[in-house]
Amino acid sequence: MPADKPHQAKTTVLTGELRLSINEFCDLCGVRTETVVEFVEHGLLEPHGSSATSWSFGADAVRRVQVAQRLQRDLSLNMEGTALVVELLEEIDHLRQRLRLLEQQWERPAREGS
Amino acid sequence: MEYKDYYKILGVERGAREAEIKRAYRKLARKYHPDVSKEADAKSRFQEISEAYHVLKDAKRRAAYDQLGSGWQHGQEFHTPPGWEVHFGQGRAPFEEWGGAEASDFFRSIFGGWPFGGAREAAARRGADVDAVVRIDLEDSYAGNTIRLTVPVHHLDAHGNIQAKNSTFKVKIPRGITEGQQIRIAGHGAPGPGTAPPGDLYLTVKFAEHPLYAVRGRDVFLTLPIAPWEAALGTTLRVPTLGGQVELRIPAEAQTGTRLRLKGRGLPGPSPGDQFVTLKIVTPAASNDTVKELYRKLEQASRFNPRKTMGA
Repeated sequence: MPADKPHQAKTTVLTGELRLSINEFCDLCGVRTETVVEFVEHGLLEPHGSSATSWSFGADAVRRVQVAQRLQRDLSLNMEGTALVVELLEEIDHLRQRLRLLEQQWERPAREGS
Repeated sequence: MEYKDYYKILGVERGAREAEIKRAYRKLARKYHPDVSKEADAKSRFQEISEAYHVLKDAKRRAAYDQLGSGWQHGQEFHTPPGWEVHFGQGRAPFEEWGGAEASDFFRSIFGGWPFGGAREAAARRGADVDAVVRIDLEDSYAGNTIRLTVPVHHLDAHGNIQAKNSTFKVKIPRGITEGQQIRIAGHGAPGPGTAPPGDLYLTVKFAEHPLYAVRGRDVFLTLPIAPWEAALGTTLRVPTLGGQVELRIPAEAQTGTRLRLKGRGLPGPSPGDQFVTLKIVTPAASNDTVKELYRKLEQASRFNPRKTMGA
C-alpha cells in the first residue's frame, strides 16, 4: 500500500543518452525478443550494432515500442501499417513543433488592409 | 454511478448486428485513439469506446448487459437491480485481452472482476503501464526541480474489490530534460492480475507555454523587438536568457528575421542548447508633427524602395 506521506519515487529518465541492450530493452518495455527482432526487421526500430546480441536501443526506441503496441492492440494494425503510422506520427510531431515555434515567434493579430 | 449506454457510445441501434458493431468501433477507434487523435478528450472517449465494444462484441457479455433493459438513459443514476449476480466474479480472464486501462464503475458493478487489462505480451507477468503527461516550466528544466505528483493508485482490498486511493510522491525533474522525454517510475502503473507485480508509470514531459521563450529540443528561441535605428546603426543590448540577462551585440544593417545565436544559453546537457534571438523591427508611430516630418525626411534622404524586387 502506498504511504500517505509523499515519498521519493524511483525514477529512470529516458534521455537521449540512454543505451539499452536487447535484454534490458525487452525487460523495460515488456516485450519478447522475438517481437523486438520483428520490429527491427520492419524498420520500426533502428538500433545501433550489427547483430541482435550487440544491438543498443535508445529512449526513442522505447517510445516507438509503446506507440506500436498501442496501435497494434487498439487498431489491429499489422507490422507494415504500424511502422508507417509510427513514422508519420513522428513527422507530424516535428511539423507541429516547428509550426508552434513559428507561430510563437511571429504571432501578430492581423489588421485589415484597405 | 452513471448508466452507460454502450449502443449510444458506439452510435448503433440496440439490435445491431455484430458486423455493424465492429465497423462502428473501428471507425471510432481510429478517430479517438490517443496516439493519433486531435480531439481534446480523446483519452476518455477512447476508454469509453473500448469498454462499449468489449461488452457488445461478446455474445454473453452483451446478453448480460441487455438484461438491464432499455429503460435507462446514458448518464442516468444507476444501481444494479436487486438479486443481480455479478458475472465473471472476482478475478481475471475476460479482461486479460482488453487493453483498456480502466473500466468504469458501471462496468465493474455489472461484471465485477479485474478492471485492468494486460496491455502487453507479458500480461500474465505484469500489470499494464500507465501513461501521463507532466507539465513543467522551462525554468524547471533549466535548473532542475522536484515536483509533487498525485496519481490515483488502484489496489485490491481484503474482499478482493478494487479500491482507488490518491498517492502523492515526489519526482525529480533532471536538469536539461526536453519536451517529449519520458520519466519512468517503476511499479506505479496499473496493478498486476493476481500476485503479478504492477506495471510502470511513464510521465511524458511537456512545457507550459512561456511568456518569452519558445523551445525545441535544448534550443531556446526569443523574439526581440528592436527600434529601426537600433537595427540600422547596430547597438549592444541586454537580453533575457534562462540564466539571466546577457549582452547581445546587434550588428548594423540588421533586419527583421535576422537570427543571432547565444551559444550555450539554452537548456543544459552534455551538449547544451543555444538561445536564438530573432530580431523584429518595430516602428514608432508618427505620433507628433516632428516625428512625421522626420519620417518624410528619411524617406527622401534614403530613397528606400522595399518593393524594388517586385518591380514596383
